[in-house]
Amino acid sequence: MLRVDIVKQLGEFTLQAAFTSEGRVTGLFGASGAGKTSLINIIAGLLRPDGGIVEIDGETVDDTARGIHVPAWRRRIGYVFQDARLFPHLSVTQNLDYGRRMNRLPDDRAQRERVIELLDIGSLLDRRPGKLSGGERQRVALGRALLAKPRLLLLDEPLGGLDEGRKLEILPYLVRLRDEANVPMVYVSHDAAELRQLATQIVMLREGRVTSFGGVKVLSPTGR
Amino acid sequence: MFEISPTEWTAILLSLRVAVVATLVATPLGIGLAWLLARHDFWGKSLVDALVHLPLVLPPVVTGYLLLLTLGRRGLVGSWLADHLGIVFAFRWTGAAVACGIMSFPLLVRPIRLSIEAIDRKLEQAAETLGAPPWQVFLTVTLPLALPGVLAGMVLGFAKAIGEFGATITFVSNIPGETQTISSAIYALIQTPDGDAAAGRLVIISIAIALGALVAAEWFARRATARVHGN
Repeated sequence: MLRVDIVKQLGEFTLQAAFTSEGRVTGLFGASGAGKTSLINIIAGLLRPDGGIVEIDGETVDDTARGIHVPAWRRRIGYVFQDARLFPHLSVTQNLDYGRRMNRLPDDRAQRERVIELLDIGSLLDRRPGKLSGGERQRVALGRALLAKPRLLLLDEPLGGLDEGRKLEILPYLVRLRDEANVPMVYVSHDAAELRQLATQIVMLREGRVTSFGGVKVLSPTGR
Repeated sequence: MFEISPTEWTAILLSLRVAVVATLVATPLGIGLAWLLARHDFWGKSLVDALVHLPLVLPPVVTGYLLLLTLGRRGLVGSWLADHLGIVFAFRWTGAAVACGIMSFPLLVRPIRLSIEAIDRKLEQAAETLGAPPWQVFLTVTLPLALPGVLAGMVLGFAKAIGEFGATITFVSNIPGETQTISSAIYALIQTPDGDAAAGRLVIISIAIALGALVAAEWFARRATARVHGN
């Protein structure tokens, strides 16, 4: 479960969002500049809200009234950025292993092989991120986030930097991830078609406010 | 002609020892300070920045004299260190290392700071979301990515340290076998009537060391850069 009720002032822009989602994939939908990335960064702990509460999986990770702010590294979240952000000085294998090492998790070969198979990245393991295509990079980034065993996976327009062909290449992996990985996700996108395929619940953002909340039907013009 | 005398050898080895020790001790401090200046805003930051650069603009003899006043036997810090810990810098090779470390510090810090500033903070954020506490982010992401800058800083610092003259001779004098580095040996030799040949040999050797350091720096920097860019 994810509960968000926050206010954040960013220059002239006010982000004020409240929703509670039980969905397996919560889609954050809105035009660019609607505050989607700021909101997901607040959930991740990279940005601190001016006021309000964030709860992940029953744990309060932000509560300004009680002075609670759990730093990002202790939130046990996975974050897939639009620009992958693989560590350029590490091999794909080392990138994949990073979260496990940092969280001091025991080596789980079975899970590792499952994720590698799920994302079809077995042939890339010895390479450096500089030698990967955009789509490959994004798949490795997904694997890296998953292998840290997060309790919530945040995806900020993971297909945003890819062309149509690459998007179609990654989308099936995301669907498999949703159905097989068993980790709740928050999926940020400005593409309604993408969210219709992936999301189970939609939070619609406009100019920093939640304008509607519900099933994917809120994405269709008639559902407004 | 190229018979290196024992005295010259002593000066050469001492110079190397002083420069190596100065660089190795100054590097962790330089990395810490470069990181602080590159990644943090704090009260008095411009003052710290100015202090780091001071040895670059002060006459070396002034830096040496200030060192003598503070770290000398009767200096404020020096007398305390001598009485309580038995550490003496004045007129010792360790004092030469201190002088060289301070004189080379600005050159060491600058490339490290620039390379830390050039690192995409988004990578550090990514590490954080993967569960890395701040010190691990530094050790596993920031530092490896700054490695070309660290190596460049170390080589520049080493080159400066091995050639340092003014502050060293002021602080620890020119004692053969203890504080007489290549530079101060050359200085002493060109003041003696028949010292030209020996001075010439030391000049050639310092040129060779300097060139060697530059070539090594280039090689390390190229390897490290290739590594960082993921090729």
